[in-house]
Amino acid sequence: MIDYILGHYNYWIVIFLMMSGFYTVISRGNLIKKIAGINIFQTSVFLLYISIGYVTDGTPPIIAKGYSIYANPLPHVLILTAIVVGVSTTALGLALVVRIKDAYGTIEEDEIHDQDHSL
Amino acid sequence: MIDQNLSLLLVLIPLLSATVTAVLPSARAAWLLALAVTWTCLLIAAWQLMLVADGSVISYELGGWSPPWGIEYRIDAMNALVALLVSGIAAITLPYALRSVEKEISQHQIPLFYALFQLCLVGLLGIAQTGDVFNLFVFLEISSLSSYALIAMGEQRRALTSAYQYLIMGTIGATFLLIGIGLVYAETGTLNMMDLNQRLNPILNHRTVHTGFAFIVVGIALKLALFPLHLWLPNAYKYAPSAISVFLAATATKVAVYIMLRMVFGVFTDEFVESTPTDHMFLLLGVVGVIMASAAAIYQTDIKRLLAYSSIAQVSYMALGIGLSSVLGVTAALVHVFNHALMKGALFMACGALVYRLGSSRFDHLYGMGKRMPWTFVAIFIAGLSLIGVPGTAGFISKWYFVRAALEQQSWAIALVILLGSLLAVVYVWKIVELLFLRPLPEPDTQVQEAPASLLIPMWVLVIANIYFGINTELTVDIAETAARVLGVGS
Repeated sequence: MIDYILGHYNYWIVIFLMMSGFYTVISRGNLIKKIAGINIFQTSVFLLYISIGYVTDGTPPIIAKGYSIYANPLPHVLILTAIVVGVSTTALGLALVVRIKDAYGTIEEDEIHDQDHSL
Repeated sequence: MIDQNLSLLLVLIPLLSATVTAVLPSARAAWLLALAVTWTCLLIAAWQLMLVADGSVISYELGGWSPPWGIEYRIDAMNALVALLVSGIAAITLPYALRSVEKEISQHQIPLFYALFQLCLVGLLGIAQTGDVFNLFVFLEISSLSSYALIAMGEQRRALTSAYQYLIMGTIGATFLLIGIGLVYAETGTLNMMDLNQRLNPILNHRTVHTGFAFIVVGIALKLALFPLHLWLPNAYKYAPSAISVFLAATATKVAVYIMLRMVFGVFTDEFVESTPTDHMFLLLGVVGVIMASAAAIYQTDIKRLLAYSSIAQVSYMALGIGLSSVLGVTAALVHVFNHALMKGALFMACGALVYRLGSSRFDHLYGMGKRMPWTFVAIFIAGLSLIGVPGTAGFISKWYFVRAALEQQSWAIALVILLGSLLAVVYVWKIVELLFLRPLPEPDTQVQEAPASLLIPMWVLVIANIYFGINTELTVDIAETAARVLGVGS
């Protein structure tokens, strides 16, 4: 049992990060904090993919004499792409927040909501 | 030479031209380039559809790496139909966009606008072309990221918050999809759809596969705006620039329906769907979605929001088609994907024309304007009839197939819900007609001109398409049926 828990420690971290990120997105009203939450949420998926690529006793996927077991490089490549997607999402999200701050003077969701509905 | 590389060209041309468009100095040049590109894409997509209309499959190996190691573009009748729909709507939106965009977006941003438009097109076409699930995720994000930015270009400041809300919801959806793909990859070690289908078959009872499937379905359902995950949609469509409302309403959710069909039936199988509560979930959400979203549409006070809620209801019909998981159900869903794009395209174009002349889509600015803008009004009226499903219009064909698919399985309740949905559509379409035509003008001598021809002609092309595809069903129904069979539903 203890081995099971310790042996999968990276997956526990994935689940913890995933849930805390997701909870932040849902529960926070501050637009920047929401973006931070999305970021943590996405990062947990990166970790998930990298864990999938791990091979017991494997070395980094570089061909060299004397090493025959390598980690699976494909998930690493995939996650490089996903990181790019994550970075662009964050950049676009933050750019939107800047524009929202210009237009409304606030980045709190409930204050923006009040301004939109008080007209 | 060209016909071997068709499938790649469809994605490559708009991708390369988008980068060029972004640095063009003049707005008119950017528009001309985008126009040329979309019409080229339309021709290629039509050619591609002709090649696969008989049920054959084109397999294109990207970079010469053979599948399942390399990325494969695998075109069958369903991909080709979706690609034709997307490029067709893009090609018809661009002539419309010229005047409407000049009015709504500041001059120096217009080249960027068309660059983003083409990127969004790349994403949607790429989704339609690819046979690799991770590649699909990347294209989904390309189209989504560019559509967030396009929506944020709307005139009112609420466009920004709507785009932000869409970004948050869309990113959660895409990340769910990514988690699902990761779990499925962990079980099978492959990303190619055909290969996945083969390798998943013996291990469909594994818990990881079930979890992965759940993540994938929920993730796509968010992009699809399937009830109750639809909350991002009404504001996004309302505050986007008119041309973007047209393009997204006609294509974005439709492409998501395609992904759902491809994932549920193409990657997983319909035996798997039936062994899990998936089909019941689709039927339940579809039924609730049709009724709730149609009822919500009736209570809107803004014509664009009303149509957005109606879109959610129409997407729920497609969910019903998926839930029936039969050849007829999938055919109905695909036919409706096509026909709904035609009617919502026409309706949002008409809304754009109203906004162009009146500067608002709120009901209290529209009273009696149908008398001043008769061509726009008649377009709304005919497309509205199609939305209801009156015989002789495209909408009738899709409703007819939905009812047939429901009756084939003796699901009287579902057939009844489809009819009820049409009745509710009568109510909200009538509300628009009453508002635009039967109400008196607030000041009888208000001078409002009819919309310019460059807005009217694309609108009427779609209106006529609505009637044409209501009479001649060869393209839509036959190809949708072939697609459903190639997909292997109910076999």
